[in-house]
Amino acid sequence: MSTAPAASASGAGWRQNLGHALMATVLTAIVVTPIFGLHLERAGVRTHIVPQWHMVGWACLIVFVVQLLHPWIFGRATRRLPRLALPSLSARQNTVLLTLVLLVAVTWPFLAGRNAVDIATLAMIYVMLGLGLNVVVGFAGLLDLGFVGFYAVGAYTYALLFHWAGWSFWEALPLAGAASALFGFVLGFPVLRLRGDYLAIVTLGFGEIIRLLLVNLTSFTGGPDGISSIPKPSVFGLEMARSPSVEGGTTFHQFFGLEFNSLHMVIFLYLMALLLAVITLWISNRLIRMPIGRAWEALREDEIACRSLGLNPMSIKLSAFTLGAMFAGFGGAFFAARQGIVNPESFTFIESALILAIVVLGGMGSQVGVILAAILLTVLPEFAREFAEYRMLVFGLVMIVMMVWRPQGLLPMKRHHVEVT
Amino acid sequence: MSDLLPQLIQQLFNGVSLGAIYALIAIGYTMVYGIIGMINFAHGEVYMIGAYAGLVTLAAVGAQSGLPVAVLIALMLLVAVFVTGVYGFVIEQVAYKPLRNGPRLVALISAIGMSIFLQNWVALGQGARDMAVPALLPGALQFGTEGGFEIFVPYARVLIIVVTVVLMIALTLYIRHSRMGRASRACSQDMHMAGLLGIDVNRVISFTFILGAVLAAVGGVLIALAVGKLNPFIGFVVGIKAFTAAVLGGIGSIPGAMLGGVLLGVAETLAAAYLSSEYKDIVAFGLLVLILLFRPTGLLGKPEVEKV
Repeated sequence: MSTAPAASASGAGWRQNLGHALMATVLTAIVVTPIFGLHLERAGVRTHIVPQWHMVGWACLIVFVVQLLHPWIFGRATRRLPRLALPSLSARQNTVLLTLVLLVAVTWPFLAGRNAVDIATLAMIYVMLGLGLNVVVGFAGLLDLGFVGFYAVGAYTYALLFHWAGWSFWEALPLAGAASALFGFVLGFPVLRLRGDYLAIVTLGFGEIIRLLLVNLTSFTGGPDGISSIPKPSVFGLEMARSPSVEGGTTFHQFFGLEFNSLHMVIFLYLMALLLAVITLWISNRLIRMPIGRAWEALREDEIACRSLGLNPMSIKLSAFTLGAMFAGFGGAFFAARQGIVNPESFTFIESALILAIVVLGGMGSQVGVILAAILLTVLPEFAREFAEYRMLVFGLVMIVMMVWRPQGLLPMKRHHVEVT
Repeated sequence: MSDLLPQLIQQLFNGVSLGAIYALIAIGYTMVYGIIGMINFAHGEVYMIGAYAGLVTLAAVGAQSGLPVAVLIALMLLVAVFVTGVYGFVIEQVAYKPLRNGPRLVALISAIGMSIFLQNWVALGQGARDMAVPALLPGALQFGTEGGFEIFVPYARVLIIVVTVVLMIALTLYIRHSRMGRASRACSQDMHMAGLLGIDVNRVISFTFILGAVLAAVGGVLIALAVGKLNPFIGFVVGIKAFTAAVLGGIGSIPGAMLGGVLLGVAETLAAAYLSSEYKDIVAFGLLVLILLFRPTGLLGKPEVEKV
């Protein structure tokens, strides 16, 4: 056997490869035909079929070619794949770079259009949510599929406090964070002793229960319609409106002697979102270097080892879960203020999955990665509006591909280490 | 008093027929979990694809083609079973096989991605709106009582129960006596050891995914016939409920999945009838949370010890 000529060995390889490719093509045809090949058309009460064989043909062709060239494409590509990593900078360079990025982030909305600033605000909300979930999933390794539930609690805390008690945004914001944290604590307390995948499903259940309660407690939460005309935040007590809502009040533009411009509000909201995101980043960045952050990571790596070293897994997990929920709560309150309306539709499982996709794409535990992924996943769909319906399809695909190909994310987390000199 | 009993019987019947569907899907969850220890989050979507494959078959043949109803339904089931079997196989090969020895959460995230992907895959191909499924089995058996309250037993729901019972018996016999059944039981006890003893573990895992998908497809076609409509997003909630059923019965246990499915179906129907129909999903999710908290091994499951 060992003396077999190389040519015949490669010939056998080819034949085997061709067999695989043909097999894959047949499977593709079976998979694609009932969904794309035979399109169901509704005409009144009757449903009939419109065949679209070209789609099946294309899918088969693509799969056949890719499978046939599989060893060449992937064999080479995976070997030469550039390993993305952040360049290591000295502390001084780091500060300079950070200041520059912040300066640009603060100044650019004054030069950009309203639409761009609006999208950037949304991106900042997702940065905040991503960083919050990163604490839970990335640092502590707890897969939380009900994150959006805490986001909903934050949003509804502000909305309900405004609706029933007339609270303003700034009064409600701390309470929104606190309410979400409390929810995280109370829900986390019984479930955090469950093993990883059960925990994921239970948190998913909680998220859905919160949403269903919001839908069904119609008299309190407004049911499926939600609560509308929630006021925007004020600027140090100055209202951002054309004319004051209270007699004798002063509005922002009157105080500063400016022409009224609704763009001010958009920019102000962006800056606030940026501030909240930076605060989230700063807090989580400090936490991960503190003993509690080290404990999160240690617990993620090996729970049994942690326990035998005398760490209490329960309180460590609970702290991560509660903190993550709190960030989601702040994000939720801000979201309610920005939208001016909240309804249960904004808090479906898909939203949780989207935030999870951000964390997964960026790299679990990697803050820079999460920030970039959040911006990427909110801004890209805006640029490619004609592909809007492919958005969720691509998110699902991204999650699979990332897990199979690069589970550590695009920009993997780097361990912080202290050098002793 | 005379009204209460028939009403209860009616609700129990509805609950059992719903539970039969959950049981069919739950078997897929429980077998996959039993062998490779992962939650196949995309399993609900396989059920939905089964329902679509059935509808496509029906539309291709034509509901008014003059073929006997039994032949039509058998055709729908056959095509759906074939297509979803392939889906089950492909899903495992693409999204789970490369991750088999990795951490559990990595495979779970991949499964969530697959679930989202499949929902939108079907939404793109067949449209996101509701599709009507022609009623092949209209009508119902009626048991009248003198009080005027009647029990309706629609034929489509009778079919669900009959098919499910037949499949459950066949499955139990197959797992107990066939070569593949023995191999899969061996793998669920100790996959590594089974591999050492010459069982083709990859084949067993593929078989498990295909079998789970096939049962889910049967559930999908039958419920589509009974309910009369479907859309690409029906799989998500049903999938979670079937998972609840699997956990309720004890994950990894096939009789447990059957029991759990029926119990969940009855509990949900009774809650909808006697509490409020808006709360039936909350009941199911609440039950899931409670079981995992207080008896994570379920009714018929064995406790699992975490080993270093």
